[in-house]
Amino acid sequence: MKKLLSTVAVAAIAVAASLGAASARDQIRIVGSSTVYPFTTAVAENFGKTSGMKTPVVESTGTGGGMKLFCEGVGEKFPDATNASRRIKKGEFADCNKNGVKDIVEVLIGFDGLSFAQSKTGMPMKLSRKNFFLALAKEVPDADGKLVPNPYKNWSEVDPSLPNEKIEVLGPPPTSGTRDSMHELFMEPGAAEIPAMKALKEKDAKAFEAAWKSVREDGAYVEAGENDNVIVQKLEANPKAFGVFGYSFLEENISKLAGVPIDGVAPSFETIADGSYKPSREMFVYVKKAHVGVVPGLDKFVAEYVSDGATGEDGYLAEKGLVPLPAERHAEVSKAMATLEPMKGDELK
Amino acid sequence: MTDIASTNDIPVTDTPRDALVKKRYRAERRFKFYGIAAIVLTALFLSVVLLDVLFKGIPAFSEYRLDLKVVADQALLDPQKTGDRTTLLAGNYDKIIRDALAAQFPDVTTRADRRALNGLLSSGAADDFRRMVSNNPSLVGQELTVPVLLSDDADQFLKGYQTNEIVLKGTGTLTQTLNGDAYALRSSGDDFGKAFQEIQAFLFQRLDRLHTEIARLEKTLQGMEGDAAESLRGQVDTYKAEAETLNARISDANTAIELDDKLPSLLVNVNGGTIKATQISPAGVDGTKLITPKSAEPASPGSWSILTLVTPESNRRVQDQAATWLEQLKASGTIERGFATRFFTSGDSREPELAGIRGALIGTLWTLAVTLILCLPLGVGAAIYLEEFAPKNRLTEVIEININNLAAVPSIVFGLLGLAMFLNFFDLPRSAPLVGGLVLALLVMPTIIIASRAALRSVPPSIKEAALGVGASHQQAIFHHVLPLAMPGIMTGTIIGMAHALGETAPLLMIGMVAFIVDIPGGITDASTVLPVQIYLWSDLPEVAFQAKTAAAILVLLVFLFVMNAAAIMLRRRFERRW
Repeated sequence: MKKLLSTVAVAAIAVAASLGAASARDQIRIVGSSTVYPFTTAVAENFGKTSGMKTPVVESTGTGGGMKLFCEGVGEKFPDATNASRRIKKGEFADCNKNGVKDIVEVLIGFDGLSFAQSKTGMPMKLSRKNFFLALAKEVPDADGKLVPNPYKNWSEVDPSLPNEKIEVLGPPPTSGTRDSMHELFMEPGAAEIPAMKALKEKDAKAFEAAWKSVREDGAYVEAGENDNVIVQKLEANPKAFGVFGYSFLEENISKLAGVPIDGVAPSFETIADGSYKPSREMFVYVKKAHVGVVPGLDKFVAEYVSDGATGEDGYLAEKGLVPLPAERHAEVSKAMATLEPMKGDELK
Repeated sequence: MTDIASTNDIPVTDTPRDALVKKRYRAERRFKFYGIAAIVLTALFLSVVLLDVLFKGIPAFSEYRLDLKVVADQALLDPQKTGDRTTLLAGNYDKIIRDALAAQFPDVTTRADRRALNGLLSSGAADDFRRMVSNNPSLVGQELTVPVLLSDDADQFLKGYQTNEIVLKGTGTLTQTLNGDAYALRSSGDDFGKAFQEIQAFLFQRLDRLHTEIARLEKTLQGMEGDAAESLRGQVDTYKAEAETLNARISDANTAIELDDKLPSLLVNVNGGTIKATQISPAGVDGTKLITPKSAEPASPGSWSILTLVTPESNRRVQDQAATWLEQLKASGTIERGFATRFFTSGDSREPELAGIRGALIGTLWTLAVTLILCLPLGVGAAIYLEEFAPKNRLTEVIEININNLAAVPSIVFGLLGLAMFLNFFDLPRSAPLVGGLVLALLVMPTIIIASRAALRSVPPSIKEAALGVGASHQQAIFHHVLPLAMPGIMTGTIIGMAHALGETAPLLMIGMVAFIVDIPGGITDASTVLPVQIYLWSDLPEVAFQAKTAAAILVLLVFLFVMNAAAIMLRRRFERRW
């Protein structure tokens, strides 16, 4: 028994000793979006291999969770950068400032198309964002323009040119950044195309927002979890279902899935990059300027991220499914990042 | 299970009481049946899950490598002839390997082709070569054969996940006519007839689907007016035009059909080269070269073949050109399938073919070590005190209830506690096994206390009383006699608790262990992750090859769990005492 007691003592000392050891950090720490995670990790790995420094640790916490951690303060306790599948919000920026995180550098890394896809074995469909809204919103305008609970069961009821199949869409849950994008990129523009909704927008902007921010809960929209691969697998099994997920997953699974053309444009590298495929979003990495020079390699990491080899047109991130910025814009971003110009904050909404 | 004499042997007569007896027997038989059904069903579900994981995971334990003859060029690896290890590590091994590969395909001249060819190789293709040379500097300047890892797409293709392949040996003599860049291949036998029919059937199927859709739309059009009808009519017209062109392509049995990337690929291997068919008729194919044939001589029956890649090119990640290169490398015998040792020796990576489980495995060991060191002495100590020494009053009762409640608290709560306490208050490092271990110790502690108390209680009181009777103190009686006898039970409880900790991810999310970590942790304060987290992270990545890695990591976790549970059973068997 004495042995046991001495083990406890040794353990206690070891723990106490390691408390003191938690000092100077020599490894970059990044948190944030699970959508940007596959890209930042690839850059981190390359950075680790080529710079001879420790490979940065990249956590997958979600955009919102990442922002919260990022904005908690300056110091080695707090992450150096955060991934975001949307732009930082004004509130988050203010929160950051309040906690002393003043100089935030915004790195625009590229685009991610939000794809609406189906199994290749299903009957190909074309869809407009208006019909997307009508099929999936919780409340849609009726003939008199009054909002009523969504009555549509089949696609053909939404628009006769669509197939006579049950509406069944698999998509992300509310906690996901992809879900925010789905509302902003599909539902809002779709709603704005409907005259009755347009009228509502002018009359009551709040009610309009509530309409495009809601999704029907009667089984036509199925929340499939944060994991986009689950949606991919379910689509393979069910040729009549559709799914909403990031373009990189469509690109990796082109043997089984087909992107549904939205407003006449099918998602592809080219159409997302040139902006003709509308439902696409910008992706960002936010970096604390105060940490540059304190955490070794942070500036070099940013430089690696915006280099031609990574986010350029033929960079390795393109292979990972990132839709790169147009060459001109990319050159602009690279140039701005050479000086790590921080954000002013007034460009935010 | 207890053996009960078979109920069927007892003679039963037809009095009212016997009817009751019969009913009871029937009830018993029914119950037995339910029990068996439940077990069979459970076994069925379990085996489906296990087989699915096995089926998906096994391929991840093997990898395709290319044995490439290279010269370890002094000028590229060590121009100053230092023989120094750091210089050797920084050498340009990739260039040597890429040049050696390109040398095997003299057709590859354009930059785009070079890129496509390099795409067959993993971004870590040169790692093995680099290790060989840096460990043995005398290899510089020599010619050697090095294993070169292929990319995940090439690997998936060779494993047969991208497309089905059908090989038909030629039965007639094949003649080639070259007309500019276009090859015309004609066989004296009926080799292309079958392929032609299949392509035709494929197109007919497509046409049928179009017709059904047109019919359906026209039906909805009847009686419709206005804009919607207009857009619908436009749709019908597009479909009709599409059907028209399709019809023209397959108009009669002898007209050649143009092939596009929406149809299966037909590749003809002849005289060491490969021709990709762009047009097929029953007599033969016209096509372009993917690899130039070595001679234009007619090929005798059996010396040439038609390779059909069933999945259309537009649906594959490996294009026809790359597929042809891989096929030729395979035919030359330089591609081998081997055990993927790097799965167990390397940390995480964003390249599926390079990603390994070692980082997560070591992280798991560190984390569990911290958990065990903390919660075993604390848990057992608490159990002994509560069971043997504590007075029975309100306070101990409240403590007891709380311990039982803690065992049922959702694990994410412990994660939040860990974040607030260990990270924010004590300033411990994020993502460290130390914090992970602390959080998991909190999680497992109630289980261990409850199991230990049960084990202590199961030791017959006579043993303690005998010890007290010969003059031992209370403490001596417990530590010398009761505790050793309770140890097997305590161990079993501890191991089951640890197995529980091994499967947790939720609390670790809050303390930053759900992260991409390449470096293998060297201690309890290094950033690390654990097995279940690695599984979660891999399952969420877009690359298809990561799905196999996920299943393989699940297998490793299951083996880990199996070993721990087996240890629990062995300990119990070995030390168990019955009274």
